[in-house]
Amino acid sequence: MIAIIDYGCGNLFSLSSSLTSLGEHWQITADKNELEQADKLILPGVGAFGDAADKLHKTGLDAVLKEAAGAGKPILGICLGMQLLFEQSHEYGEHAGLGLLKGTIEPLAGDIRPELKIPHMGWNELHIIRNDEILRRNQEGDSVYFVHSFYAKGCEGNLIATAEYDAAVPALVGKDNVYGAQFHPEKSGRVGLNLLKSFAEL
Amino acid sequence: MIAKRIIPCLDVRDGRVVKGVRFEGIRDVASPVEMAHFYNDAGADELVFYDITASSEGRKLFTDVLKQVASEVFIPLTVGGGINTLEDFERVLRCGADKVSVNSGAVNDPSLIERAAHKYGDQCVVLSMDIKRVDGRFRVFKNGNRVDTGLDALEWAKYGEDHGAGELVVNSIDTDGVKQGFDLEMLAAIQARVRIPVIASGGAGRKEDFLALFEAGVADAGLAASIFHFREVAISDLKHYLSENGVHVRV
Repeated sequence: MIAIIDYGCGNLFSLSSSLTSLGEHWQITADKNELEQADKLILPGVGAFGDAADKLHKTGLDAVLKEAAGAGKPILGICLGMQLLFEQSHEYGEHAGLGLLKGTIEPLAGDIRPELKIPHMGWNELHIIRNDEILRRNQEGDSVYFVHSFYAKGCEGNLIATAEYDAAVPALVGKDNVYGAQFHPEKSGRVGLNLLKSFAEL
Repeated sequence: MIAKRIIPCLDVRDGRVVKGVRFEGIRDVASPVEMAHFYNDAGADELVFYDITASSEGRKLFTDVLKQVASEVFIPLTVGGGINTLEDFERVLRCGADKVSVNSGAVNDPSLIERAAHKYGDQCVVLSMDIKRVDGRFRVFKNGNRVDTGLDALEWAKYGEDHGAGELVVNSIDTDGVKQGFDLEMLAAIQARVRIPVIASGGAGRKEDFLALFEAGVADAGLAASIFHFREVAISDLKHYLSENGVHVRV
């Protein structure tokens, strides 16, 4: 059973549907017992970092996630959910993240040529930095769908794949059992489904 | 880098695709779900569903099929048609849409752009504009191209960007249906005015028209309906053709 963490950030319809299409069992929940029972956790997220981090903290889900990470349970953060895994964000202020991965979240603006559009939105290609179990159905050059204006920095040690957008944007990161995808696997066609399947099988 | 996008647009009335006749290997060309699978397999980068239903029963049928499409096809979905309020945004987003396209609804109430962007994020709000030349200027039309709003298209595009639209669809009434190519002049004028992605619509007849569009550097995506539905241009052939000619596309 994969638990999709429900903390009021993001539309979970496509994500849950994509797991269904892969034949995976899932539940959308914020219940601590159910999250403890689950084999794997997915932390989705759309919106502002500060608001999402507050919600995780107020609901106590931050502690649940940290405990699960420490216990070796596979966790996948998607988009803002990926960014929340890091130590800190500078999206409109300064906000603490979960600190499960080393690095910070910074604006793309200023780090890329001004003529490039923000958000970084659309299909871009994965450049694989490190082979990992989660990519065993994927390959160099696979296209995935991005929508984001902030990105992870200082996470070189945990890079699995990047995408070129003037900057080398961390697309997929991972450390032991904790993974994060900046793109949306549930919107990336077959390539994205392959990644979710590999996560489900970890 | 970000790939240029090819986007088929499907008009839906009472939950069924309008215009879609010549297809081999598809049992029901009027089924949005089957068409969505077909285009996804062909390499479409995104799908646009345009609800041209007038009745509330038809709206319900539309959201039912949207939900089914979104539960089976995992690429970005944009929905337009009859979007006038935040409730309309909510209605289609809950059924799996990723972006919502506003047209006459935003002309009638420009605050809709900002309110929707604030609630759902810029990336979710697509401002669609039907534009026609009037007295040598680009003018915005509404209500299915029947009503001249008097708005200057370049000003309206800029207003949309400044108030949170994440993308623009530029549909040229002057070239729509003519199949002699996209309206490069109009697109260049809009592109020069905004930084958000521009989706070109209206006028595509051959694959060369898409190459001309991307070589001119005036759009991030090309949208078309009938040439894809009637198989005058196959998306997979088009994308290979563009790729061979140096356009960065997802193949």
